[in-house]
Amino acid sequence: MSTLATYPATAAHDSHAGPGYGLRRWLLTTNHKDIGTLYLLFSLIMFFVGGSFALLIRAELFQPGLQLVDPHFFNQLTTLHALVMIFGAVMPAFVGLANWQIPLMIGAADMALPRMNNWSFWILPFAFTLLLSTLFMPGGGPAGGWTLYPPLALQTGQAFPYVILAIHMMGISSIMGAINVIATIFNLRAPGMTLMKMPLFVWTWLITAFLLIAVMPVLAGAVTMLLTDKFFLTSFFNAGGGGDPVMFQHIFWFFGHPEVYIMILPAFGIISQIIPTFARKPLFGYASMVYATASIALLSFLVWAHHMFTVGMPLRGELFFMYVTMLIAVPTGVKVFNWVATMWRGAMTFETPMLFAVAFVILFTIGGLSGVMLAMVPADYQYHDTYFVVAHFHYVLVPGAVFSIMAAVYYWLPKWTGHQLNERMGRLHFWLSVVGVNVLFFPQHFLGLAGMPRRIPDYALQFTEFNMISTVGAFLFGFSQLLFLYNVIQTIRGGQPADAQVWEGAHGLEWTVPSPAPYHTFTTPPVVD
Amino acid sequence: MAHRYILRGTGAVLVFALAMWSAGVRAEFGLNMTPGVTAISREVYDLHMLVFWICVAIGVAVFGVMFWSIYHHRKSQGAVAAQFHESALVEVLWTLAPILILVAMAVPATKTLIRLADARDAELTIKVTGYQWRWRYEYLNEGIDFFSTLATPRAQIANNAAKDATYLLAVDRPLVVPVGKKIRILTTAADVIHSWWVPALGWKRDAIPGFINESWTLIEKPGVYRGQCAELCGRDHGFMPVVVEAVPEAEFRQWVESNKAPNPITAQVANGGQ
Repeated sequence: MSTLATYPATAAHDSHAGPGYGLRRWLLTTNHKDIGTLYLLFSLIMFFVGGSFALLIRAELFQPGLQLVDPHFFNQLTTLHALVMIFGAVMPAFVGLANWQIPLMIGAADMALPRMNNWSFWILPFAFTLLLSTLFMPGGGPAGGWTLYPPLALQTGQAFPYVILAIHMMGISSIMGAINVIATIFNLRAPGMTLMKMPLFVWTWLITAFLLIAVMPVLAGAVTMLLTDKFFLTSFFNAGGGGDPVMFQHIFWFFGHPEVYIMILPAFGIISQIIPTFARKPLFGYASMVYATASIALLSFLVWAHHMFTVGMPLRGELFFMYVTMLIAVPTGVKVFNWVATMWRGAMTFETPMLFAVAFVILFTIGGLSGVMLAMVPADYQYHDTYFVVAHFHYVLVPGAVFSIMAAVYYWLPKWTGHQLNERMGRLHFWLSVVGVNVLFFPQHFLGLAGMPRRIPDYALQFTEFNMISTVGAFLFGFSQLLFLYNVIQTIRGGQPADAQVWEGAHGLEWTVPSPAPYHTFTTPPVVD
Repeated sequence: MAHRYILRGTGAVLVFALAMWSAGVRAEFGLNMTPGVTAISREVYDLHMLVFWICVAIGVAVFGVMFWSIYHHRKSQGAVAAQFHESALVEVLWTLAPILILVAMAVPATKTLIRLADARDAELTIKVTGYQWRWRYEYLNEGIDFFSTLATPRAQIANNAAKDATYLLAVDRPLVVPVGKKIRILTTAADVIHSWWVPALGWKRDAIPGFINESWTLIEKPGVYRGQCAELCGRDHGFMPVVVEAVPEAEFRQWVESNKAPNPITAQVANGGQ
């Protein structure tokens, strides 16, 4: 087997490759665990940066009238909040988890392309320094929304080319990360680890990686066309020059919709690891979970225009995109049903990771159901660009993707650090978060239905009450995340020693190595029966 | 222990939601979409409520099973984990059932959408053009053409004066239309993309430079209906409301007569764009 044949060379490598010292260790590391840590740390910083933008937005919206920020700066905040959270917090967190866990879960010594791994991480701090520095440029940062729709995006000041370059850098980083995941999974699985024996987290990441490779170049193309429209007199999106501003939206969302699944498929994988562990029962419908994930990924290429129902597409186009969008509910429903069936007749306990996983299933499903509502084109004519949409996508992204990341960190942290989590503190963080996130986002459904548009710094008086409630929830949720930071730091510094198994019901190769996982694991591949 | 927290937490959320709901029924602040003032807006409202209740039913069923399981299948209750992990029959069933439900939702949605798309036989055509940050209304056959700009004083926005009931939803010149007539509305824009939206009419439509989008409405009740630009269009996106004043046919004719001008835009531009 080729996987075995490559091993002697790698094994010879580990005798001299302990962790380095100081800054050089982190700058020059090619170790998947170090790089995973860097990704997660970076993501955590960006989570707080993007979160502080969100709190400023919510503070301004606490009352009608302009109190804190100028409308132009408000638009910069909404734009950067989205870019930072999507490309800086959620995506790097999943790549960090992939770096740590995929080699451990498939019995590989490291990622397949360690030097590229280092490079794909170290691009990110520069990309985000560039992006955030635009706030201080004449004309301010990007203020046209993260979707960068022209012609508005072309009104950006000096920041524009810097934003485009930053997006290119994020894209290159993502593509390299995705190549690495695919190369690792296809080449470095331990003997006996057939594709249909892979843990669901590995499967969902494999599919996610293909989505990334397919769509990040599309985004790169779209923003490059914006760049040439602005500086090189092209008219791709300029109606005055024979171009088509709606074409940008088609191209953007051809990237943007798969991007949505890039941020949720790994979450599905995480939840599919955690629920069986704490239900002490194998995942129900493993094969159907894999097929459902693949179907969601394929369908994601056929639904982009549901973000654009109000642009004035032909009737047949609207009907097509409505039907395909509704169809996505089917594989997504299968996943939810399988999770519930996994819990059914299990022997459940509710440690912190499980609490986050259960909350994920419920709150993600709420976001999914409002997604079905949004798919109805005539109703979408009302919902579109209102707070109903804001509530919908925050339900799938915050108690969806972000909760799954926190669940994953709590789940694997004992393996990474060798210390058990302080459960009391973990639960406190969970309950404050789950209450905060619902007080924050649930009233936004009402605001949207009552007619409040999104991306406005000030609003009519009938929206006051729910905006106030939402802001209170935002601060509760935001400040509760300091507890997450505290928990992570405390668990790294000390705590009850964790054994290799960590969780009673855990299965999989990562639980066969000691806790903390040694710097090099599986230098000799394990055999999977 | 945790299940009790979960149950209590869920209970609290439900009580909160119910309290908010009943408060909303009494108070003026809205919780839900309104049925609006056109046949289409009522259809959209009905579709919205249909899908909403289907989603609630699905949620109750799925979460019900889940909470029952969370309560009964706990290790602390002495539950011993079963080891079953697949069933082709169950998978097929819960793939087919949602498809049937989705078809049931798609049928009324398709019908409404087809009606919405049919702008034929309109008796009045108005061209709506989005500008940063105001609307221009042209009555194509009546020779009326004017800008409609936010009328809320800056002092109210800056919190230096008490806010009116129509704060941010008032304009200097509303769009005046007759009730009971099918009106074709053409949306376009002069600079960036905007979106023209009056919730009571049941739809919004983007106003895109270089494109002319066609929509229609038939307002049944006289009244003043307010909305806002719905597509981010720059600094004052939150400050370009839409106000539609629907009046009886005779009153509308009168309004047309008294507002006909040879070229009002030229006059407005001469007056500094007001």
